[in-house]
Amino acid sequence: MSWLSRPASDIQVTHGGRLWLYLVAGLITMFLVIPTLIVIPMSFSDSQYLEFPPRVWSVRWYDNYFGSIEWMTATWVSVKAALLTVLVTTPVATMAAYGLYVANFRATRFIFVLLITPMMVPVILIAIGVFFAYAKLNLNNTLFGLVLAHTVLALPMCLIVVSAGLRSYDMNQERVARSLGASRLKAFLLITLPQIRFSVVSGALLAFVVSFDEVIVALFISGGDMSTITRSMFLALRDQIDPTIASISTVLILITTAALVLAQVFGKSDSG
Amino acid sequence: MAEALHAGLHARELRRDEARERLTMFGLSLPAIVLVTAVIVIPVGWLFWLSLFNDEGMLSLSNYTRMLESKSYTRIFMTTFKVSILTTAVCVLIGYPFSYCLSQLPKRWAAIGLFAVLLPFWTSLLVRTYAWLVVLQRKGLVNEWGIELGLWEQPLKLVHNLNGTLVGMVHIMLPFLVLPLYGSMRAISFDYIKAASNLGASPSRAFWSVFFPLSLPGLFAGMVVVFVLCLGFFVTPAVLGGGRVVMVSMKIETLIDLFFNFGTASALGVVLLVLTLAVLFLAHRLLHLDRVLGGGSGP
Repeated sequence: MSWLSRPASDIQVTHGGRLWLYLVAGLITMFLVIPTLIVIPMSFSDSQYLEFPPRVWSVRWYDNYFGSIEWMTATWVSVKAALLTVLVTTPVATMAAYGLYVANFRATRFIFVLLITPMMVPVILIAIGVFFAYAKLNLNNTLFGLVLAHTVLALPMCLIVVSAGLRSYDMNQERVARSLGASRLKAFLLITLPQIRFSVVSGALLAFVVSFDEVIVALFISGGDMSTITRSMFLALRDQIDPTIASISTVLILITTAALVLAQVFGKSDSG
Repeated sequence: MAEALHAGLHARELRRDEARERLTMFGLSLPAIVLVTAVIVIPVGWLFWLSLFNDEGMLSLSNYTRMLESKSYTRIFMTTFKVSILTTAVCVLIGYPFSYCLSQLPKRWAAIGLFAVLLPFWTSLLVRTYAWLVVLQRKGLVNEWGIELGLWEQPLKLVHNLNGTLVGMVHIMLPFLVLPLYGSMRAISFDYIKAASNLGASPSRAFWSVFFPLSLPGLFAGMVVVFVLCLGFFVTPAVLGGGRVVMVSMKIETLIDLFFNFGTASALGVVLLVLTLAVLFLAHRLLHLDRVLGGGSGP
């Protein structure tokens, strides 16, 4: 009796009969993972065409990246914008999620839909709308304008995640704290927030990624010294295949992974 | 009598207190409302207003009628729909068996598959688009290996065309299909399948008559999300299409970037928005998508 002829589930299908399914799933797993990670070894290739596996290893594309003032400036703009976006989005979204959840009017459903519109409206329309409005307000090419736009783009995801966390939290715990004399704010900060922290941290992480990864709005509203890294990458990619971008991509993957790991560490074990 | 009246007054006061408190709590969502109104509602409304004026600054529908008359606009909308439908279809074809396999595996093995879905999901879209550009280019990995293995002799043109765009878009959209679909498949109780096979259904009959219909809500939810995201897609077709695949959002960008033509660009954007909202509305009505998006409030 080999593993192949053993039943795969409680009905009569054997692992052998499912082999084709495992094969297909394996191929799709490779399709998903390989192109995501392959830039990492390729970025260490010496060749202009980024061989895999690299015949000659080198860090010349990293030298190109770290030695370029423009790329470095753009990286810092992106990091600053993403961190500020997290700092603004997370409290705003958490307040909105909590407020709508507790108020529970009939109208709150509509407000919820209004708040997730940034996710439904095509980003290109938001981009030219914001570009047009910022032109009147002189906010184009400013960090403030960029953070403002990214905050709104990140708000829906953050709101959805925190709302989901609140829904699986037992509000009676907060009521107990308040009946024992805690103010609403104190009860929220000491009782509710620690229990929904995983959702809040996930929301913050999503906000970081949304801002850090954003291209289209930045394409319009951030230029010159305020260009974000993804905007510069996009513009470079449209013209030619610059191998420097492989090294930048590797750094971006590292930054996102670091953010994910941090979120895991800080938000561990939570009911939501 | 007096006591009952007193209690009634108390109840009314308590109710009023509660209403006041709920209103205060509602106030907590004001910053978010103000932000969305200032950055989305007003600018997009403004664009809508601009789209109603022609080049001479007169109120007219010429920006919209031009779309119907001009062949180039029709072609752009056709391309957008073609790319969106093809991407959604391919995502379903490969995403369904994948999700099904994961849902049937023990949780520990499924976690590996889910990791494979979440990894690209968290990786920058631009990075993945770039990776495909590198892999599919003339001297790229696929061409080199294909020639080495003797599958073809001349480097194939794999990117800067529709095929390259589709490959990249499927890679980017697949997680959006798999995640809701996998969730809904996991929620299907295996007892139904056991009951079907107990009543004499063959495994494939049990799958098609019991499991498949139960998995449809999750499948539709994923399809709607993928389709809607495809409609407004910009970065991947712009990079992998090499100018040969022009979607609506790319036309809008060109109109602003090169011609500063806000009227026409806004009209295109408004049509794109209406199409998107129509798809979402239909999905909401027919498929109860709101459950999947996790909207709503209140205990």
